[in-house]
Order: sequence, then C-alpha cells, then structure tokens
Amino acid sequence: MDRRVFLTAGLGLGALYATAPLYAAWPKDAFEAKEADALIDMLAGSKPAPSDAITITAPDIAENGAVVPISVSTTLEDVTRISIVVEQNPLPLTSTYDLTSNSVPYVSTRVKMLKTSNVVALVEAGGKSYSGVREVKVTIGGCGG
Amino acid sequence: MAGSMRVRAKEKDGIVTVKALITHPMETGLRKDSDGNVIPAHFIQEVTATVGGEVVFTANWGTGVAKNPYLSFKYKGAKGDLLTLAWTGNMGDSDSLEVEVK
Repeated sequence: MDRRVFLTAGLGLGALYATAPLYAAWPKDAFEAKEADALIDMLAGSKPAPSDAITITAPDIAENGAVVPISVSTTLEDVTRISIVVEQNPLPLTSTYDLTSNSVPYVSTRVKMLKTSNVVALVEAGGKSYSGVREVKVTIGGCGG
Repeated sequence: MAGSMRVRAKEKDGIVTVKALITHPMETGLRKDSDGNVIPAHFIQEVTATVGGEVVFTANWGTGVAKNPYLSFKYKGAKGDLLTLAWTGNMGDSDSLEVEVK
C-alpha cells in the first residue's frame, strides 16, 4: 500500500472521529425516562449543583399548557449542553441543546405542560452540571385565574 | 415537507440571533383519537444549525416540545453568514432551509 495514501486515509478517519461528538446521537433513554429525578441523575451523572447563574424565563401562570414559552440563559462559562425538564410531564425531558464553542448560552422554545410543575434547566458547563428551577402554574379550563 | 420552516437570523455586536418556526404536529403518542386508538408519536428529533459546514448548535427534541415548534438560539457570527437549519423527525421526515444572516 502506498504510504501516502495510507496516511491520508488515516487523517480522514481522524477528522471523522474528531467531529463525532458534535453529532452525538439522540439520547433515547433520557427522552423515554418517566421519573424526573431518575432522568436528572441520568443526564447530570450526579446531583446537579443549584446555580443562581441560570435564568429561566417563563410565565408564572400559563393558561394553555399546550404552548408554554420557556427561555434559558446563563452566565456560566464553557456551556456544552442545556436541557429543559418539566417534572410533572409523563415524559419529563422536553429537549436538550448541544452547544459549541461558537454558541451563546441561550435557548428559547415552547414546551407542553400537563399540569402545574417545576421547570428545571440543567446546564453542563466546564464538565460540571448545574440546575435552575422555576415553577409554572398551569390553569386547567383555560379561563384564567 | 418542503416549506415547513421560517427562519430569521440577525447579527448585532458579533452575536447572531436565530429565530425559527417549524410547522409540525409534534404528536406525543399518548393521545387517542375519537375511536380510542392511540395516535402514533410523530415529532421532530433533531434540529441542526450549520454555518460554512460547521455545526454551531444542535437541538434534540422529545415529544414535550409544543406543536409547530419555535426555537431561538444565539451564536458568534457575522452578517452575510449562510446559515442552514435542518430538522429530522422520528418518521424519517426532514426539511432544511438556508438563510443569510442580516
């Protein structure tokens, strides 16, 4: 085998492995977890440290649980992942976001909420896990109050 | 699913804010139709943002994201960047859209 061809092939393979973490597989087990506590352990690897540096923007009272706007931002450095967990949902994990060195640690989306629940934002930063919590009340019946 | 997305990307002070709306049922698989049959789960699993071949942001979604999803995120970029946003669903459906950062 031509040595040069072999080397190039090796480099190509190396590049493939180097970029692999950016395309981390969809975390099936986490999305199928039914218990919020077990889910958070699974995602964080241990108990995440509560952090004031995480800001969750959400309505105090959501009149329509089908569409609840949630934004998460943080002043923590070197953030690699943000996850949004609705504790009382049948499947608590709504979404996770993989950030890169070019990302600004901010994400905004709309989630479904079955009922009044704590919304937990899990943030992985510098290899550690942090969490922020905010309660959102969901009114059933849709007439406010 | 062509035409399922609306994306806006705007740069200010070196930070690009991307806002996207996707038309998708985001069916949970927990609901039943009027005959009591379970409606199968049908949802977007992954949304990837790429600039110049490099991934800048990935969203992994479950069924807890609301119908016709909204997504906003920020990255360090510049005016004129060509940003590609692509999604894939659990039923093999997908779509993508390229927009220029304004």
